[in-house]
This record gives sequence, C-alpha cells and structure tokens, in this order.
Amino acid sequence: MKLTGAQIIIETLIEQGVETVFGYPGGTVLDIYDQLYKNSDRIQHVRVSHEQHAAHAADGYSRATGKVGVCIATSGPGATNLVTGIATAMLDSIAMVAITGNVGTPMIGKDSFQEIDITGITLPITKHNYFCNDITKLADNIREAFQIAKSGRPGPVLIDVPKDIQNAVWEWEKEPIRPVFENDLAREDKVQKAARLLNECKRPFIYIGGGAVGAKVPDQVLELADRIDAVIGCSFMGLSAIPTDHPRFLGMTGMHGHYASSMAQDQADLILGVGIRFSDRATGNKDKYAKGAKIIQLDIDFAEIGKNIPVDVGIFGDIKDAFTRIAEKVESKERPDWMARVEALKAEEAAQAVEVDYLTPKKVISIINEKTEADSVLATDVGQHQMWAAQFYNFRTKRTFASSGGLGTMGYGLGGAIGAAYGSGKRSVLITGDGSFGMNLNELATLANYQVPVTIVLFNNGTLGMVRQWQTLFYGKRYSNTTMQPVLDYVKLADAFGIKGYKVTDEAGFAAAFEEAYNSFRPALIDVKIDVDEMVLPMLPPGGSIEQMITKVDMKGGAQA
Amino acid sequence: MKNDQFVIAVYVENKFGVLTRVTSMFTRRGFNIDSLTVGETESPEYSRITLTMSGDGYARTQMLNQLRKLYNVKKVELLEPGNSLERELLLIKVKNLAETRQDVLTAVNVYRGSIIDYSMDAMTIEMTGDPSKIDAFIELMKPYSIIEMCRTGLVAMQRGAGSILNIDRPDKAQ
Repeated sequence: MKLTGAQIIIETLIEQGVETVFGYPGGTVLDIYDQLYKNSDRIQHVRVSHEQHAAHAADGYSRATGKVGVCIATSGPGATNLVTGIATAMLDSIAMVAITGNVGTPMIGKDSFQEIDITGITLPITKHNYFCNDITKLADNIREAFQIAKSGRPGPVLIDVPKDIQNAVWEWEKEPIRPVFENDLAREDKVQKAARLLNECKRPFIYIGGGAVGAKVPDQVLELADRIDAVIGCSFMGLSAIPTDHPRFLGMTGMHGHYASSMAQDQADLILGVGIRFSDRATGNKDKYAKGAKIIQLDIDFAEIGKNIPVDVGIFGDIKDAFTRIAEKVESKERPDWMARVEALKAEEAAQAVEVDYLTPKKVISIINEKTEADSVLATDVGQHQMWAAQFYNFRTKRTFASSGGLGTMGYGLGGAIGAAYGSGKRSVLITGDGSFGMNLNELATLANYQVPVTIVLFNNGTLGMVRQWQTLFYGKRYSNTTMQPVLDYVKLADAFGIKGYKVTDEAGFAAAFEEAYNSFRPALIDVKIDVDEMVLPMLPPGGSIEQMITKVDMKGGAQA
Repeated sequence: MKNDQFVIAVYVENKFGVLTRVTSMFTRRGFNIDSLTVGETESPEYSRITLTMSGDGYARTQMLNQLRKLYNVKKVELLEPGNSLERELLLIKVKNLAETRQDVLTAVNVYRGSIIDYSMDAMTIEMTGDPSKIDAFIELMKPYSIIEMCRTGLVAMQRGAGSILNIDRPDKAQ
C-alpha cells in the first residue's frame, strides 16, 4: 500500500514489535507525531520533559527488557539533546533506535532553522547511523537499524529523516522481523585451551560483565562455578546477572568493588572473563592487575579481545555457545583450599563493617532490600549513591539494574527509571543523590503526568559526594564548587509537581516512608538526610592497585589502607 | 617506510559518508593515519581505501579489528610488505634555472620520471614508484628549490592472482 514517510515510520516501528516510544514533539517531527496521534491505540508514546530523557527512558526500557528502546526527537536542539543519552547507551552496549527529524532536503546544508548534522555528531557514539534522504529506503533503513541495534554486541542506531521524506509517498508492505545477524562461533582450539586451563587451575574466578547478561548465560555460570568450586565476581555492568546473596557470588570488583571479590580476583590463578572488557575502573593499575592469574576472555566483540589488558586465551564468538562448549569439557572438581581462602576473605570483609548509630546509605538500602519485590528495577544516577547501590542492593532477578556504567551520566536515573517501569510493567526504585537529581528533576513532570510508579530515594548530603570524596582524599580537602547551594526543600519541590514527598532522618522514618511510597504504585520522593562526609569504601585510588585499597578513612587523619 | 609502518587495504561500501566513518573512528580511537587514498574498484558497489599507518603490534591489531566492526566496511586486510605491490604518485614543481636545469633533467631521467609542464621559470615532474624512491627523489630535488609538491599517498595490492575480497578469514579476531 502507498504510505507517507511518517506513516512508514510508525507502521515499521509497529512491525518491529515496538509498543512504547519515548520522545518530544517539534517542528520537523510534526508529521510523525500526527501519525502517533492517529495510531495511539497501536503504539504508546510517552512525552518526556527534555529529549535527553527520551533517550535515557529508551535505554532504561531496553535494560529492563532486553528489547530495543525507541526514542524520537525533532531536529536541531531536539536531536542534540539526545546525544548524552545515545552516548550512555553506546558505552553500555544498550540496544536503541533513535529517530530524529531534520529540515527538508532542499534546506539541508543551508544552516536552516533548527538544522543540525546529527548523523555527523553521533558518528562516534552510535553503532551505526543513517541520514535517510530517499523515501524508497526509509522502511529498510528502519528495519536494518533494529537488526544492527540487536545483533552481536548491542548498541544505539540513529536514523535522521528530513521533513519532506516524512511527507513523500512510497509503497510499503509489512515484512517479518529480520533475524539478528548470526553470531560467529568460537574456534574449537581456543575452547579446548580454555577448558584445559580451567581443569589445571587451583583458584578459579569467573568474572562476568554486561555481555553475560545479554547472552543469557548466568545460569550456566552458576552451574559451572558449583561444579568446579569457582567463585563469581562481576563488573558494574554485570550486576543483577547473579543473585547478590548467592554463596558463590562475591560481588562487584574494581574501584569501589567488594573487598572479598577484589581480593579473590587478585589471588586467583585463573580468571574466566565472560562478556567483559576489563575497563580502567574495573582493573585499576593494569600492570599490577591479577598478576598471578591466567586470563581467558570470552566476548562477542572481537575488538574487545585483548583491547584493555593482554589475555592468555582470547575467545571471540557467541558467548552462550562458547561458554557451554567450554563447560562441557571442564571436569567437576573440589577445591577446598581455595574455598577456605575465599571464606577467610569474606570474614575479613565482614569484620570491616562498622556499626554506627545514625542513618547510613547501607541501612537505607537494606530497608529497600526488605521491602521491594524481586523484579522491581533499581535505577540510579551517578556518584556515591550509585556505588552504594551497587555494593549493598540485593539483586534477585536478571535485568533489574538500570544505571549508567561506562559513560557515568549524572542525570540518567529518572529517565532510566521511567523507561524501566514501562518496560517491565512493574514499580521501579530510583536511588539518586542531590547532585545528580539536580540534573534531571524536570522529569518529575513526566512522572506526575503519567503517574509512573517510581519511588525516588534521594540521598541528600548537600554536596556532590563523589567529587567531595576525591577532594577529601586527594585534593587536601579543598572543596571547590561541590557544596550544593541553595538548600532545596525536596518535599515542596515534589509537591509542586503533585508528587508525594517525604523527608526522613532516621531508620524508622525511612522504613515507614518507603513502605507507603513503594506500595502506593504512584510516583513519590523520599529525601533522606545523610552525612556530608559519608564515603564509598573500599576504594582503589584512580590508577592504583589492590595493595593501595582504602578500606577506612579517618576524617582527621586521612585514608588508611 | 618507517619500521613500525604498515599498509591496510579496506573494501568499503561505495556510499555517502563511509570515508567519514572510517576516519572518524581513527580519530576517536587516537590512531594516526600517515596516508590515505580512496578510489573506485572493479565493482561499482565498493570503494577501496589504502591506509598507511604506524604503531606497534597492539595498535595494528586494534586498527584492523575496529575497522572490521564498522558496518559499511566489507573487507580489511593487512598487506605484507614482501608480498605486495606499493606505488605512489608525486607531482613536484622546481625552479627552472639555467645553471641547474641539466642536473634536474638528468635526475628525472635516471629516476624515470617525466616532465609534464615546462616554462621559463619552472618545471613540473611526474614520478611514480614505491615511497622510498619518491622520498629519495624529493631529497635529491631539495637543492633545486622546490616550489610546491604533492604526493598521492600509497596505493597497494597483494602480488599474485588473488583478490583480498576473496580471502577467507574464519577468525575475525587477529
């Protein structure tokens, strides 16, 4: 049938199984929005307050579901506002399709009103992008975009569609969804070598990343770990893949990783990395990273093999297939010495806990752990609260974590939480800080407008806590521009948007407020007062190695290793 | 060629913006391009880019792998120096002075170049060869007052009957 470009966009999105899109209307997407209006019974549109959060919401939607998140923005500033959100998705390998309008093709290149070269701008932050100036290619470009976004290592794809193309008419027929590109399979000799190293090792450590989540391999990881007495640690992006309280799971490693997990990784003689890229925040000083261990790296992206650290066996290919083939060749074996050593590390970690009589982030998060459903998505912004969430939140279900790892985007959280709530169809919890929240609080309007069930837990320490922590430890306590001014009344702020606000200062107060807020199935904000000098520990200094791990800080004296 | 220099041949889809994708990736990853040439191939669907780059083994592997990841890139091969033909074209304009004219003409003759423009004040020489020959000729011309010069950068292909498009690479990771 003959359709306009705008109709083709909507029909192709529906054909691709898209149920919800996030966006913001504007001059060059009016035709698309007209079609969204006419098709509102077939495809839901969520209008955010700022395009950045359309991208973040699409990203949160994808993290919660594994499906492709979709966002729409107009040309010029609408498109550039997407940029941070697209880059966030790129760095964390999140499947996303972004559609932007542009001025009509005769106006392209003339610096027309709200014209911007968004394909040029997003070239380094997309997996691929299209400037579609040909109506005959529009549907195919969209189909291909979905295919690319989902295939192999996922990522964002942008399609820029000039206004006259949206009005042009072309033949369109529904097509079946194209399968993802077939993954390459790992080489057998490499698989055998990996299995041999696993059989020979004494202290195995399985290290999982975001790629393990995407490859749906965590259950096999647990099964193998049980059979060979391995322990499991993860990168930030690997969180939620393995239940936090599983006895084999030691938690996140790296700059703010769990003590036991980081130490076990350092003491291991074999690290099996699954879908992980060994980023600088995960390894610290690369020259001293896991020196006693042979490293096997398993990844779907061949360019990641050995990119950040040299590895002993680099296995490129479909992760699930390769992991399964390796696991088949590995003999079950008990390693009691290793298990004893790990237990000792866990005991050392437990002994580091300090009891205090005031409200700490850890206490707040343990209350959240008790009161949330296992399948609620936890979203965060970026900073201290994010690391506390990573350390203390009890992840029970896969794909229940939405947080900006690679790019570290302050302001990601509210958009991410909204997208996750739509994707999962469940309540989300957002843990944020007063710094990050200041970057996205306009999205309270979206929460209120759609009554999205997001409980916001705002750690209020009156400062940009993570930066302050670095200033305390490495910059002689010169607190340059980190103190938050003015002091905001968050209850009044929430109230202005018609959202219920709470202010709490103690455990009982928080427990009661969270219970009520979370079970209201409505948006709510809880302002939690915490100490300005609360720190994220342990900490590896930037570029530092495991011996330099800071486990406690005396505010009068300084850091202690 | 410098010791750590190498040549990569890349088949890309002959589409708008593909060259930008390639060069933008190098900028983003912090790789330096020594020379780049691009042009048509035997197939109208593809363009061929010849890149001369330098770096250690790690950089080389990364460049090849990151190139292979680009969606519009169809084939990437490292051309081994001993097994490939490399040529570059030079246009060089030098002053035409009575006292040096004969020296320049002799040099052009020995190097098998040709004079493609000749005036009272200047002559322009065309020269093809591998980069070391071009380098040597430029060195030779320096005393004769070079007015301007222009090199195309390297084009290269492997020796023998094969095409890099047909090289089967079961393991993408280098």
